[in-house]
Amino acid sequence: MSTTNYIGKPTSRVDGPAKVTGTATYAAEYQVANMAYGYVVSSPIAKGKITKIHADEVLALPGVVQVFSHENVPSLAWFDRSYKDLVAPGGSPFRALHDAEIKFSQQPVALIVAENFELARYAASVLRIEYQQEDHETSLETQRAKGYEPGAGKTGFQPPPAPRGNPDKAWEEAPHRMEAEYVHGAQHHNPMELFTTTVEWRGEGKITAYDKTQGVYNVQQYLTKIFGLKKDDCRVVNEYMGGGFGAGLRPQYSAFLAVLAALELKRSVRLTLTREQMFSFGHRPHTLQYLKLAANADGTLAALQHHALHETSQFEDYTENVVNWSGMLYQCENVKLGYQIAKLDMYTPLDMRAPGAASGSIGLEIAMDEMAYAAGLDPLEFRLRNYAERDQNVDKPFSSKKLRDCYHQGAAKFGWDKRTQAPGSMRNGDGKLMGWGVGGGVWDATQQKAAAKASITADGKLTVSTATGENGTGTYTIMSQIAAETLGLPIEAVTFKLGDTDLPESPLQGGSWTAASVGSAVQSTCAALGEKIFKLAQKMDDSPLRDAKFEDVEFASGQLRLRADHSQAVVLRDVLQASGEAKLEADSSVMPNMVKQNGYSLHSHNVVFVEVTVDEDLGTVHVTRVLNAVAAGRILNLKTARSQVLGSVVWGIGMALMEETVMDHKFGRYMNHNFAEYHVPVNADIHDIDVLFVEEEDDIVNPLGVKGIGEVGMLGVAAAVANAVFHATGKRVRDLPVMIDKLL
Amino acid sequence: MNPFTYSRATAVADAVRDKASHPDSEYLGGGTNLIDLMKENVARPTHLVGLNKLPLADIETLPDGGLRLGALATNADTAWHDEVKSRYPLLNQAILAGASPQLRNAATNGGNLMQRTRCYYFYDLATPCNKREPGSGCSAIGGYNRVCGILGTSESCIATHPSDMCVALAALAPTVRVSGPNGDRTIAFDDFHRLPGNQPEKDNTLEPGELITGLDLPAKGFEKNFSYLKLRDRSSYAFALVSVAAGLELEGNTITDARLALGGVAHKPWRDQEAENMLKGQPATEDTFRRVAAKVVADAKGHGSNDFKIELAKRAIVRALKQAAEGNQHAADVFLNSNP
Repeated sequence: MSTTNYIGKPTSRVDGPAKVTGTATYAAEYQVANMAYGYVVSSPIAKGKITKIHADEVLALPGVVQVFSHENVPSLAWFDRSYKDLVAPGGSPFRALHDAEIKFSQQPVALIVAENFELARYAASVLRIEYQQEDHETSLETQRAKGYEPGAGKTGFQPPPAPRGNPDKAWEEAPHRMEAEYVHGAQHHNPMELFTTTVEWRGEGKITAYDKTQGVYNVQQYLTKIFGLKKDDCRVVNEYMGGGFGAGLRPQYSAFLAVLAALELKRSVRLTLTREQMFSFGHRPHTLQYLKLAANADGTLAALQHHALHETSQFEDYTENVVNWSGMLYQCENVKLGYQIAKLDMYTPLDMRAPGAASGSIGLEIAMDEMAYAAGLDPLEFRLRNYAERDQNVDKPFSSKKLRDCYHQGAAKFGWDKRTQAPGSMRNGDGKLMGWGVGGGVWDATQQKAAAKASITADGKLTVSTATGENGTGTYTIMSQIAAETLGLPIEAVTFKLGDTDLPESPLQGGSWTAASVGSAVQSTCAALGEKIFKLAQKMDDSPLRDAKFEDVEFASGQLRLRADHSQAVVLRDVLQASGEAKLEADSSVMPNMVKQNGYSLHSHNVVFVEVTVDEDLGTVHVTRVLNAVAAGRILNLKTARSQVLGSVVWGIGMALMEETVMDHKFGRYMNHNFAEYHVPVNADIHDIDVLFVEEEDDIVNPLGVKGIGEVGMLGVAAAVANAVFHATGKRVRDLPVMIDKLL
Repeated sequence: MNPFTYSRATAVADAVRDKASHPDSEYLGGGTNLIDLMKENVARPTHLVGLNKLPLADIETLPDGGLRLGALATNADTAWHDEVKSRYPLLNQAILAGASPQLRNAATNGGNLMQRTRCYYFYDLATPCNKREPGSGCSAIGGYNRVCGILGTSESCIATHPSDMCVALAALAPTVRVSGPNGDRTIAFDDFHRLPGNQPEKDNTLEPGELITGLDLPAKGFEKNFSYLKLRDRSSYAFALVSVAAGLELEGNTITDARLALGGVAHKPWRDQEAENMLKGQPATEDTFRRVAAKVVADAKGHGSNDFKIELAKRAIVRALKQAAEGNQHAADVFLNSNP
């Protein structure tokens, strides 16, 4: 048998064949008998009340089964806490069809259920609903003065650290200073797969919900609390996901409505949202940032202030960590960070890939570029002079931090030394203006509690399972790699199962913690199973391992052998067959080692080098070259990890140049709610992207030494693009996205 | 989607008769726009007359040296047709600048002329729109109007025509062949689409029930000196903010004939014949192009979020005319606009 060392190798996706042959089943593809189809009716107004729903008119249509609205929803859980999911912000969660009140445009106001999808959609289009409209407020600009500091209501939210030093005085006294405001608009996640819930009615109040979600346990908890179901009666499944990006962290109203209909009608129901409705349940908030930096004559930072204000709904305090990163990415003794949110008549924003940090790195990293220019320094050199050896926010060392290596190796590979500082001083081979920019960021390396179970059969087939998610990142693959390597099996002998509340509990798939959390659980569980196999191996006749301790043996290439002497080995399958056991099982649950971690700051870092060309007459920008150097611990799979970072860069380019959901405040409504007008990059926008991993050895973050790479890769990308545009043109765009009109 | 009936016509006369006998009916070609509009409940026909069996998919040379484009030839087949590539490369480039390969494979030439605006408000039933619902008001005026027009707008509508192909056609000036209940007729391309005035619900000058059967391109194709320049918010698969179709004939450096049309700026593909006349007899210099560009946008009016289009259009005109004069443009082979 060839090597069974998989960790770190560029292993192809184990779920690839299923995906490209169409056998991977997504939420909308589960076929169940006697299914009814739902279609959501959305509010055209942003604020007011429903005064009349002419449900009778559509109920008269043959094939329309029911029209659900606030007028006929059954009595459900009463208290807000029942509606709070695991990542709910503080406040009062939205309840679909709860009452006549309209809180945001596109609010679900009715659910049509019919014998087929087309009929449900038609009925929704003719359902007459009368509203009493009230004045709404959706403009963050007009609500600047109403910003407030939110409480710590949401998991993971950390209010900014207390100020240090005297940033105002230091700023006044420093030789080089800058201050500016930075803005970016709202963005929507827009995964390709629409939110869908297929609810299978299993009789007697039991259901299985095939739901697009990044956390089946979160959805199960939400549904059971609201509908008063027993956990055993409410199974939630999501084996594949066509993109999540945070959109699937919270249970969506589609899941609530589909289950409501199934329980009321006592039959299976499928509900799929429309693309337009994908703009109705959360977004990266429109954010205003004010940065005020000063530098000393030697190019060290004298003062740093970063204040952010973003929108939230009237009913929940959505929070994300926007400014905290600015207190730890660079060394600075005089720092003040501020963070506020303001209530608007819209739906609550929602975590979107690198929430907070993606936004905050726009402000910080453009400001750092401006500061570098004001101080007459190369922007990379400026960052090197302000390298943070400790996390000053918490006054702790980093468990590992190879950002300096990222700077040096990235710059060398990109050719940064050929950069000339003056804006407009570089041109490409065709004589077009060319600009090089740099940016970067820092992101949490978190581990959550996770459990897994594993079983191996006499034929040497291993099944490992846990209820984590796979939103296209490579979870199936890296978990199979870890399991295969831990037990020395070929990866083909491993089946990894996920996305099912019948499986051991795993955290939500988000926060870049899946590899660390679930990976640790898989490793631990397989090791526990290995110990059982080892004991059986010792009982074999003439076992060469009879006197060995478990620490003395290793699993490799289908064998169990002495580390010190590979000739002393037994074949794994022989052990299982000799044991007479049809199946061996193990399970375990892994918590982060707080004692070990407590003295350290746990973070991943990156730096992005970007080349743009700009047509100076027409204002068109092309990102011709990107190099993203990432320090995120150990890389489990170079192939899927690289893909993650490639995707992050594409996201960053979109954020920099085109992505923005635009609200018409007259209607309090997003107007470009489709893929024709909400622009994400297409192939023609994407050119060379290079990814460089500077691996870190870190046994403090978690036993696997991984930090997660789903989010760190997009930090600083948008800022680096904007900085490159400045370098090319001398135009400093502080209002992203940088579209044509801003460069004319 | 509204319930509707469907019939498939095999002869033009049958199609016209079938449509006339069904109120609230529509012709269906490639369906790349109409089906979307039906899904969005913007269009609610109760009957569709399927056209794809009609014998209108040919592209053939005309006795006068022109080229006839069948109404049912797909945009892709038209763009890649040898005669189009060699003699009307401007048309080739414009078609390929639009939509995606999948859409161009399904979309027909007749349907391309019949595309409706991409104005956000036209598509969103939650907002008033005079084009969708006459008399309800124009939300784009005073609203978010990045995609809207700057030329020939009215107080009731500032929508733009979204086609790329039609901008090249406006420059090439074919005639549109139509059949209707009252027989056959031709319409000059520049007269086909109309300005909104106080009837923005009418995109064109077709009489009720008339069907486009083809387009007759004149012999002159500006195949040596032309440019189609499209500016948009991403490099592909986005509608034009501003596009320019330019064709020049040169003797030495003197312009002897010129065509100039703009997309993304008006309710119709915006051909400016006065500007064309200004170019004739002039040297093909940047100075000339600047004066012409200034003239084209002299009466342009921004509406807030689209104010930038005035300056952008000016610059795009200058660039397109320069590219046309340089004469090193060719029919696209595979990729377009992807070269940074």
